[in-house]
Amino acid sequence: MTTGIDAPERSALGGEESRVAGFISGVGRLRESPIAMIGLAIVLFWVLVAIFAPLLAPMSPTATIRPMALPGTRGPGGQLFLLGADHLGRDVLSRIIYGARTVLIYAPIATACAYVVGVVAGLLAGYRQGWVDDLLARIGDLILAFPALVLYIVIIAKFGSSGLNIILAVTLASGPGVMRIVRGMVLDIRNRAFVAAAQVRGESAWHIMFAEILPNATGPLIVDACLRLGYVTIAIGTLGFLGLGLPPPNPDWGGMISETRQFAMIFPHMVVFPCLAVSSLVLGLNFLADGLTDIVKRA
Amino acid sequence: MPRIVFRRLVYLIATMLAASLILFGLFELSPESVAVDALGQFSTQEQRMLWLEQNGYFEPAYVRYFAWLGKFVTGDLGMSRVFNAPVAKVLVDRLSATGILALFFFATLIPISLTLGVIAGIQRGTLVDRAITLFCVITTSIPPFASTVLLSTIFVFSLHLLPGTSGMIDGFSFRELIMPVTALVLYDLGYVARMTRASMIDVMARPYIRTAVLKGVPYPVVILRHALRNALIAPFTVIMLHVNWLIGGVIVVELFFAYKGFGSLILEATLSRDLFLLEACTMTAVVIAVATQSLADIAYTFLNPRIRFK
Repeated sequence: MTTGIDAPERSALGGEESRVAGFISGVGRLRESPIAMIGLAIVLFWVLVAIFAPLLAPMSPTATIRPMALPGTRGPGGQLFLLGADHLGRDVLSRIIYGARTVLIYAPIATACAYVVGVVAGLLAGYRQGWVDDLLARIGDLILAFPALVLYIVIIAKFGSSGLNIILAVTLASGPGVMRIVRGMVLDIRNRAFVAAAQVRGESAWHIMFAEILPNATGPLIVDACLRLGYVTIAIGTLGFLGLGLPPPNPDWGGMISETRQFAMIFPHMVVFPCLAVSSLVLGLNFLADGLTDIVKRA
Repeated sequence: MPRIVFRRLVYLIATMLAASLILFGLFELSPESVAVDALGQFSTQEQRMLWLEQNGYFEPAYVRYFAWLGKFVTGDLGMSRVFNAPVAKVLVDRLSATGILALFFFATLIPISLTLGVIAGIQRGTLVDRAITLFCVITTSIPPFASTVLLSTIFVFSLHLLPGTSGMIDGFSFRELIMPVTALVLYDLGYVARMTRASMIDVMARPYIRTAVLKGVPYPVVILRHALRNALIAPFTVIMLHVNWLIGGVIVVELFFAYKGFGSLILEATLSRDLFLLEACTMTAVVIAVATQSLADIAYTFLNPRIRFK
């Protein structure tokens, strides 16, 4: 790969390498911010819990053993219910552990889809400008005119509740927000010298948008992605809570709260622990975003 | 000034029309599903056809759209299947209940969040600032459905201080409003306070503040008379812009505390597939969202002298 490369290409490769190095040093700089480290630790904790759920969970998340068991009591077979059991006798701890999988699969996928849509639309709007920009801005305004949760409810009411529809709803509701951020940054970056250089070189518009402009917009976008991942986690939890989330046997934090809500005044352990799980994950993401904001600002 | 009001009004109407087209396309375009929703799952094919015929659903789609829109604009929102009452009446009752909730919510949120934000902004970097910022991050991280559960576990289950539901069965009760309002305030507090803090820091760094301090104006007067006026413009518009997001919180809180308001109405309409009610609720939500956005825009122009006198 070192032979037969002419000068411009080599410099382009060099740029690539420094970008990778920049990313690594960026991750290293996380250590400068204690709040970001705490956030990262919380998020990584839940990621590990989700990955190793079958090893960590003491029982099956769907096995009905001893209804309404209080935290710290034992089941008929001597199983310890560390966080108690729900109204159907399922171990709350095991359901929380498996529920981490649901959240950590759906929230990142939905956020990523929103990003794909939002980034492409934002790049097009900011770089092409003119009628493309106007059209995309109008569509975005229209979607943002619907309160997000109302939009979710309308979509789920029409198309039914399934994992795919939740992802679609989140993409539709969050895409315009991403688009606005990307568009704003493109308007700033597109006037820089290296974009003009790429235009003079005769690069295609797609190359300029994705290879020249986008890599220079990653800092604020990573911060926004952390925040947005938190919002999406809340949104998915809220849909579960409203009874519009994934169908019941799935262990899903919002759904757990929704199913056992009516017992909250007698057996609060059924609802309190899933609430703490959701809140801690969102808190971790917000801490991470906060620390990253400081790092991006300083860079 | 009149120009921006006019522009926002045109924008409001255009958005409403576009939203109505989307709603019509989603829920009314295929008459078959309307009939199923209106007559229930167990109606026969003949009953459905008869109902569709009687209600003019065999007309072309655009004729139906304009008829539907006309009825909507004139306030004839149809009958609610679940409540067996005119949609407009149900809607007005529920909206006024949520209006009361909103009144207490803003009366609590605005003083607390602005005070916290201003204090943190003035004492930037101190322990007080860090404590307030941490408090704000934590409260915004707790989703409303979790904060309702946690609050009622503490104040209703453990301490027996407050009622756990807010159905208002025996008429208006202030005690029943405390929990829903607290849950909503906690949800929004952090965001508004942090906005106020950022705005305060920005204003405090301006030259005119330095001038005021250097010419010997007492520090509290600098804050109250010089800084606050400019620092509070952004938070006020943020509060307005946040109404859109807040409607989500209202739905959750009203459901949990069984408060008979607009939020729980949307949900009841959705879960029972009460089509006309759902359409009316969604339109109302969009009107509220766009109207507050427009108000925020107009207020921003009005409050900011640099734009006002241009």
